[in-house]
Amino acid sequence: MSAKIVARSAEKRFQTRAGWMTALRDFDLEVAEGEFLCLVGPSGCGKSTFLRILAGLDHATGGEVRINPGPDPRQPLANVVFQEYAVFPWKTVLHNVAFGLEMRGVGRKEREATAQRWIDKVALTRFVDYYPAQLSGGMKQRVSIARALANDPQVLLMDEPLGALDAQTRAVLQEELLQLWEESRKTVLYVTHSIDEAVFLGDRVVVMTAHPGTVKTVIDVELPRPRDLSVMATPEFAALTGAVWDALRDEVRRAMAEQA
Amino acid sequence: MPGSARGAGGPAATAWGLPLAVLLATLAAGFAFGLWATAWWALLAIGFVCVVLLAQELESRLALRWRGPFQRGLALGFPLSLLLIWELLAGAGILNPRWFPPPSQIAVALWELTVTFDRFNRSSLLGRPWLLPQVVSEQGWAGAQALVRESHVWATLSRVLGGFLIGAFPGVLIGMVMGLNRTVRMMLDATMSAIYVLPKIAIFPILMLVFPNPFGEGPKIAVVAISAFFLVAISTMAGVQGIDKVYLEAGRNFGASRWQMFRHVILPGALPIVFSGLRLALGTALIVIVAVEFVRADRGVGFLIYYYWQVLVTPRMYAALVVVMALGVGLTALLQWVERRVMPWRRN
Repeated sequence: MSAKIVARSAEKRFQTRAGWMTALRDFDLEVAEGEFLCLVGPSGCGKSTFLRILAGLDHATGGEVRINPGPDPRQPLANVVFQEYAVFPWKTVLHNVAFGLEMRGVGRKEREATAQRWIDKVALTRFVDYYPAQLSGGMKQRVSIARALANDPQVLLMDEPLGALDAQTRAVLQEELLQLWEESRKTVLYVTHSIDEAVFLGDRVVVMTAHPGTVKTVIDVELPRPRDLSVMATPEFAALTGAVWDALRDEVRRAMAEQA
Repeated sequence: MPGSARGAGGPAATAWGLPLAVLLATLAAGFAFGLWATAWWALLAIGFVCVVLLAQELESRLALRWRGPFQRGLALGFPLSLLLIWELLAGAGILNPRWFPPPSQIAVALWELTVTFDRFNRSSLLGRPWLLPQVVSEQGWAGAQALVRESHVWATLSRVLGGFLIGAFPGVLIGMVMGLNRTVRMMLDATMSAIYVLPKIAIFPILMLVFPNPFGEGPKIAVVAISAFFLVAISTMAGVQGIDKVYLEAGRNFGASRWQMFRHVILPGALPIVFSGLRLALGTALIVIVAVEFVRADRGVGFLIYYYWQVLVTPRMYAALVVVMALGVGLTALLQWVERRVMPWRRN
C-alpha cells in the first residue's frame, strides 16, 4: 500500500514573546492509504500542530509535509473534526452537515440528500432542523463528524474530537466512529490524549516526545477488526496500553517538569 | 423558583408577622413623628424590603401552578400599586400636584392631547387619523399629507427611524470593513473612538450651518444618523473581531472562498453583537431627537414636553413623556422582532 500522508524532517517554529519556540523537529511519519493512525503525546508536544499543517491551517517552517492526492482532483484532501466541535451555531444540523458540499458548489438538492444520508448514519434524523444550541455535546460532535464525512475527503483529521465529552458518551461515540470507518476505510489521523482510545481505534499508535515534538515510538495494534468495546477487557489490549504508557510516561514527566 | 426554598414548613406566624409588623410600625412612626419629610428615603427602603419579604412568603405558600400567574401579577401589580400610591399622595396634597400631577390627570391630558387640534401652531399629537377618510375625499392626497405634517408623533418617529436607518447601514458596512481589514482599522480606530465619546448633540450647531435650511428636517435627521453610525460601526467591528477563531478555521478547512466566508461565517457570527449595537443606537437616537426637539423644533414629542413645561401645563408635559416611553417600547419591540427573524438560532 502506498503512503497517503508523508512527513519528512518536518519542522515548525513559532515566534512568541519569549523568543522562538520549536513545536516540531525532525518529525518523520508515513501513514498508509486506508490506515487509522493515532497520535498520542504529552500536552504541547506539537501533535495538534502537525494536524493543523495537514489541514492547511498552518505551514511547516522546514522539511516536508504532504498528502498524496488521489486520482479525482475534485475530492477534497483533508477535513477536520475539531475538538471544540466548531459546528456553526447559526446553521441547522442539515446545513452544518451540507456545509462542505455547499462551499464546493454542489447543488442544493444533491448536497441536502447527501447530508441527510449522513445525518441518518449518525442517528440524528429527528434533529435535522435543530440548531446546535438545542443539542448535547455528544450530538454536536456527531454533527461535526457527519460534516467532515459528508464532504468525502481523502483524509479525515480528528483533533481530540471526543476530549470534551463525558466517559460514557465518549465510549458510545468511539464505537460509532469505528462502525462508520469500517464502511469507508478512509485514511484517518487521530490525535488524542487517551491511551485507551488510541489503542482501541488505531492500526498503529505513534507516541511523540515532549517538545520539540518528534516521533518516539510506533506501536502496532494487531487487535482483530471489526472491534467493539469488549476488546478492552482482553489481556492483549492491556499489554498494548501498557506498552504505550511505558513509552509515554517519561515524556509526560518531562513536559510537566518544563511547565512547572 | 425564587424564594420557594426559604420558609417551607417554618413557623408561619413569624414568617408573616415580622415583616408585616415592621411595615406597619414604619408607616405609623413615619406619620406619628413627622418623619416623612426628612427621612422618606429610609422609610421607603424599609417598606420596600418588607413588601418583598411578604410577597416571597405569599408565593412560597401557593400551589406550584399558581406561582407563574403570581409572578406575572407582581410584574404588573407592583407598578400599578405605585401609580395608585402616587394618585393618593397627590390627592392628599402630600405630593405637590402642580409638579407631580396624579396619574388620572395625566391620563386625561393624554386623551385631550390625542383628540384636540392646537390652532395656535396647527398641530396635533397623532395627526387626527379619524379625519383621514373625509380629508382624502375632499382634498385628495394633499389633505392626507397635511394631516401627517401636523402630527408630533409622526415628526419624532420619522426623524428617529430615518436617522437610524441612514446611520445604521453605513455603520454596519464600515464596522465590517474595520473588523476584517487591519489597515483600515488602524487608520480609523483612533478617530472613531474619539468621535464616539463626543455627545452628538454637541455638533448640532455645526449641522445647522451645513444644511441649506438650518431649521428643516435635514440637521435633525443627520444628528440622529451620526449618533447611530458610530455606535453601530464600533459594535460591528467588535462583533467581527470577536468571532471564535475555530469557526474561521472550519470555514477555511472546508474551502470557503472569501465571499462564502463572509456570507456563511463572519456575517452570522457577528450578528449578535451587531444587534446589541443597533439596540443601543436606537435608544440613543430617541435621546438625541428629544434633546434636539427641545432646542429647535415646532413639531415632535420633545417639543411638546418643552412647550408644556414653559406654559406650565404639567399634566400635558407628563402625557408627552408617556408618549416618548411608548415610542421607546414600541421601537425596541420592533427591533426585537427583526432580531428574531434574522437570527432564528437564538430564539430559545
